[in-house]
Amino acid sequence: MQTLAKLQILADAAKYDASCASSGSKPRDSVGGKGMGSTEGMGICHSYTPDGRCVSLLKILLTNFCIFDCRYCINRKSSNVQRARFSAAEVVALTLDFYRRNCIEGLFLSSGIIQSSDYTMEQLVEVARCLREDHDFRGYIHLKTIPDASPELLAQAGRYADRLSINVELPTEQGLEQLAPEKNAAGIALAMHQVAEHIEVARQQTQDQQNGKLVSMPRQRQTARAAAPRYAPAGQSTQMIVGADSANDATILRTSSGLYTGQRLRRVYYSAFSPIPDASADLPLQAPPLIREHRLYQADWLMRFYGFSHAEITAPAAGGMLDLELDPKLAWALSQRQHFPVDLNRAPKQWLLRVPGLGVGSVQRLLAARMVRRLRLADLQQLRVATSKVLPFVELDDYHPPLGMLDSSSLRQQLLGKMQHGSTQRHHSGMQMPVLAQMALF
Amino acid sequence: MQAQTDSLVVALDGPDDFAGFRQAARVLLALNVDPQALHWRWSDALSDQSAGDDLFAADAAGSLAGKALTPDMLDQLPCPPGQPLRLKAAQLGLLRNACCHSHPGRFALCYRWLWRVQQWPGLAGDALDGDWREIERMARAVGRDIHKMHAFVRFRPSRDAQGRELHIAWFEPDHFCVREAAGFFMRRFTSMRWVILTPQCSVHWDLEQLQFAAGGRAQDAPGPDAGESLWLAYYQSTFNPARLKEQAMLREMPRRYWKNLPEAQLISGLVAGARSRTGHMLEADALGEHA
Repeated sequence: MQTLAKLQILADAAKYDASCASSGSKPRDSVGGKGMGSTEGMGICHSYTPDGRCVSLLKILLTNFCIFDCRYCINRKSSNVQRARFSAAEVVALTLDFYRRNCIEGLFLSSGIIQSSDYTMEQLVEVARCLREDHDFRGYIHLKTIPDASPELLAQAGRYADRLSINVELPTEQGLEQLAPEKNAAGIALAMHQVAEHIEVARQQTQDQQNGKLVSMPRQRQTARAAAPRYAPAGQSTQMIVGADSANDATILRTSSGLYTGQRLRRVYYSAFSPIPDASADLPLQAPPLIREHRLYQADWLMRFYGFSHAEITAPAAGGMLDLELDPKLAWALSQRQHFPVDLNRAPKQWLLRVPGLGVGSVQRLLAARMVRRLRLADLQQLRVATSKVLPFVELDDYHPPLGMLDSSSLRQQLLGKMQHGSTQRHHSGMQMPVLAQMALF
Repeated sequence: MQAQTDSLVVALDGPDDFAGFRQAARVLLALNVDPQALHWRWSDALSDQSAGDDLFAADAAGSLAGKALTPDMLDQLPCPPGQPLRLKAAQLGLLRNACCHSHPGRFALCYRWLWRVQQWPGLAGDALDGDWREIERMARAVGRDIHKMHAFVRFRPSRDAQGRELHIAWFEPDHFCVREAAGFFMRRFTSMRWVILTPQCSVHWDLEQLQFAAGGRAQDAPGPDAGESLWLAYYQSTFNPARLKEQAMLREMPRRYWKNLPEAQLISGLVAGARSRTGHMLEADALGEHA
């Protein structure tokens, strides 16, 4: 089969994985090397497809042959899709060619499971090894690890890859049993835990090395500091499919929260279950729940950057489901009106972060400005935030919300009326600006 | 000095001459020159730099010597001793980016803010000051332009006069960001010869140094090659028709970039086909064809 035809099949087969990030790795470049590639902390989205998702990595499967029969998966054994398999060399050549054209940040390689977990994992690791060692490729590599692969292979994978991921797929064990009978939650958790441990050990060694604790070989006179081994510097991520089983948002967010704190995951991706050609009969027949997915991402942001716990976010959620009409922060504020209004001139940072319509950047500016003077209503306008969302919940020297507004039973309707477009996801992994701190002389 | 003249023209080296602006501003601040008494001039493209002097000679807008001063000349003026202005590195970075904006008032705005900070140092920390917010907005627009250039430049393989492989790209930025953006390509493609052509300026990496030259034309870059069809095939296959979200795509990849992105020619066809492809999948399921 021609490379072009394989690419079509194996890119199509990989498109259901939501991960696209190429950020968060250690900065490096190709100066002084023989190959090419760099990562500068923030990832770059090189293109966008009409589904609004970015193209940052060449996201493909090594093969879509699979011995498993997971119901939600287009590549399951019983599916009628056309099958193909890339050789390691073909994937390497494609990655290098796309990279040279500046179309991608690197490779995201996953695979159907063929022969055995270890055999499949070996193939994935070989692609990464070849890119790094034979071609001195310094771009981003994300490897999907196969849950039951041996610890040695996981250890090797992390030395070549920037990021490793294992998809939990479904938020509950029951969901997994029902839809992916060959996978088991314990196996996935174990592999995740092993990766987390490797990451922690590498982090510790880097720290020790920076503190001068690592000593060189015995009897050597110079204590040259050996470079600490790298292990998946961009951390570990996972994906949960939303809407294929009956798990509600509260369950999903509780699982995520456990993964962030327990396994120290960098990202959890939510993928609205999307109708696939040749779908299994026991799956929901519907368009993908994209707004639900969007609300989960917003809730995820609240957990990671705004100091919310998963239980707080889902407390106002009827039946454990997030409000589809309002973003989760606004829904939370409406259910917790006794804490508002927040005085923008006096409230601590963690309370400013809880005001609907104020993002992390706006809060930083407000804090900086109020160090030197009092804040007034005009300052909020200067910030260009969605004032219709903010004003009911804040106080300033020259502004107090109208009497009774916060207690009004029609506040929700008023807010909905004022927000024409609802809220959109402003933050994107590819657009985080680096923060510089030292002083400079002008 | 302020008393002697009502207007002073400062001639910068180019539209993105931050170093010149910084040098001039240091001296002008030390002399306490009122922002209203200043005019900032520059030649608009690298190609007509030589015309710079003539351009300003014709301008007798009552400047100090009837002629524009360059930052170098300013540097030789006797300066009263004073406290240099201290800024945070992040603020300096934003000023640098703001000075690459295409808005003609960018240098005047930046100088006005610096002068006001000198008058009242507390202002440096006022993240909501109107001038500062405007500088931030300009800097963010330039930052976005640099980011989009890093993302959307598409190299095509070609050969140079000696027959060596040379990758060439054509790109049209909104602001004067080529110098700021070029380092990234140098660090990423260090062992590859490449050229990026833009209307204002072109940059060439010869494996040893970055060389800047006059702007180019779209037709100076090579057309599509055979390898590009693989990229187009990938773009097409990675799109999920069941998730069509055109607005989200347009927010991140506005139409003005489309003409230089090879994959953008596929968009209208993908959008048109998406609804019927999705409908077909749902219908096939409903009929139980594959159940």
